[in-house]
Amino acid sequence: MRIALLLLPLMGLVSAACDESHVQVHWSHFTQEPGAQTQPEESRIEVPPPPFTEGVFPCTDCHDPEIPTNTKRRPMKTAHTEFTLKHDEEHRWCLDCHDTKDRDKLHLASGEVIEFTESYRLCGQCHGDKYRDWRAGVHGRRSGQWNGHKTYLLCVHCHNSHAPAFQPLKPEPVPVRPTERKP
Amino acid sequence: MTRSCNGPTTAGVPAGACTGCAGSQPPVHAAQPLPSRREFLCVAAGCAAAATTAGCTDLTHTGWFRERFRDLGADEKAGILADLAKEHSERFHKPVTVGAEPPLPGVEFGYALDISRCIGCRRCVYACVEENNQSRDPQVHWIRVLEMEKDKGIDFAHANAYYDAEKVPRPGHFYLPVQCQQCQNPPCVKSCPVGATWQEPDGIIVVDYDWCIGCRCCMSACPYGARHFNFAEPEIPAEQMNPKTHYLGNRPRMKGVVEKCTFCIQRVRNGRYPACVEVCPVGARKFGNLRDPNSEIRYILEHKRVFVLKTELNTRPRFFYFYGV
Repeated sequence: MRIALLLLPLMGLVSAACDESHVQVHWSHFTQEPGAQTQPEESRIEVPPPPFTEGVFPCTDCHDPEIPTNTKRRPMKTAHTEFTLKHDEEHRWCLDCHDTKDRDKLHLASGEVIEFTESYRLCGQCHGDKYRDWRAGVHGRRSGQWNGHKTYLLCVHCHNSHAPAFQPLKPEPVPVRPTERKP
Repeated sequence: MTRSCNGPTTAGVPAGACTGCAGSQPPVHAAQPLPSRREFLCVAAGCAAAATTAGCTDLTHTGWFRERFRDLGADEKAGILADLAKEHSERFHKPVTVGAEPPLPGVEFGYALDISRCIGCRRCVYACVEENNQSRDPQVHWIRVLEMEKDKGIDFAHANAYYDAEKVPRPGHFYLPVQCQQCQNPPCVKSCPVGATWQEPDGIIVVDYDWCIGCRCCMSACPYGARHFNFAEPEIPAEQMNPKTHYLGNRPRMKGVVEKCTFCIQRVRNGRYPACVEVCPVGARKFGNLRDPNSEIRYILEHKRVFVLKTELNTRPRFFYFYGV
């Protein structure tokens, strides 16, 4: 009864609960001034290392920083042929997310260069609603303690950044029907 | 450990004498004070010949001469837990602990499941079986994943729990896992004639397996099919048995008792997430403290489109479904 009474006004205010201040708090990350290099410490989220394919990082092992980057949009023919971009591929390509100058980093639309461990900020530029829910602990897997330290995952732990649709899985075995049980 | 070893017949009391006494007992409601089992048995013993009490001296956890677990003192509980741990350690050939962690103050557990994300992979079903020591044969599952057609919406009459597919989700279908809804107004508790199942202060509905008489009234009362009966002696391979157990949760059960989801009481009372929450590959399962305004569960209730199953029955579940997209 206590909970029902508590929740009733809250559930009635679902639309009001997403008030402007709430939206502003989160959208402030996406509307930083160009050149702003840091964000407040409290809004950073501790995540495990990004799941790089073995041998692929650091990128500068192959991408020599001394050689200028070819910024012309083109299909990949000699390297990175192992995947096909299926992520708004008509409008996006490598250098929209990967930084042109610092090949071991990513960049936001604002031009701010970020580490791979902060890639959630990059994803959050377009997927603001998911980013908001993820920060609140509602989108994505969570482990750790319900009343203490929680372990977050990066977006890319579950979604392949180059083809982010969640892939179908093989289900676990079908339960035994009551009629199939041994007598 | 079977029910047959602690019945009055094997204890030496003639079955006829006891049946007469039991028949005179009024139906007992869970909320009413129960007659003391010790008093009842003294009468029963008196009905029978004095010589028949020889077998009634079993004072272990399965013995007749004890109160319900929740009415016991700390010393008695400790003794029972130690007896059980010893018994299970011998049976499964490994150190088994049987805890009885009490509810945490200021905590009421709530659960939310995102049906816009669930893909029906049944990982939760089998993680639950492993964590909670359900019988493998005959199979007991506390979670049932229902497949439904998107065209029909939530329609239990046409739901299929036995879908078989190479890959899930199947096009045109969505999935609705059902387990104990941990109701605030639980019909199962009301229907139990012996008070063997009750609601803990943190909202978890538990069963005292040593007190359950196996009448299955609670199963017929539950509108969610969330209670399960051990029709045969449960079988758990020793190497797969989870040795971290709770008296009111995942300790091994015996033939003839009812069991159910406890939100993994042995985990959540130690701050951990339930096993099904941790295993879900799509993060559809959310868990937390309803009384904490900053918890994930409260965020969902306050920001998402939430519903409960069979709301018209006024069971008031603590298990919510929501659309996260």
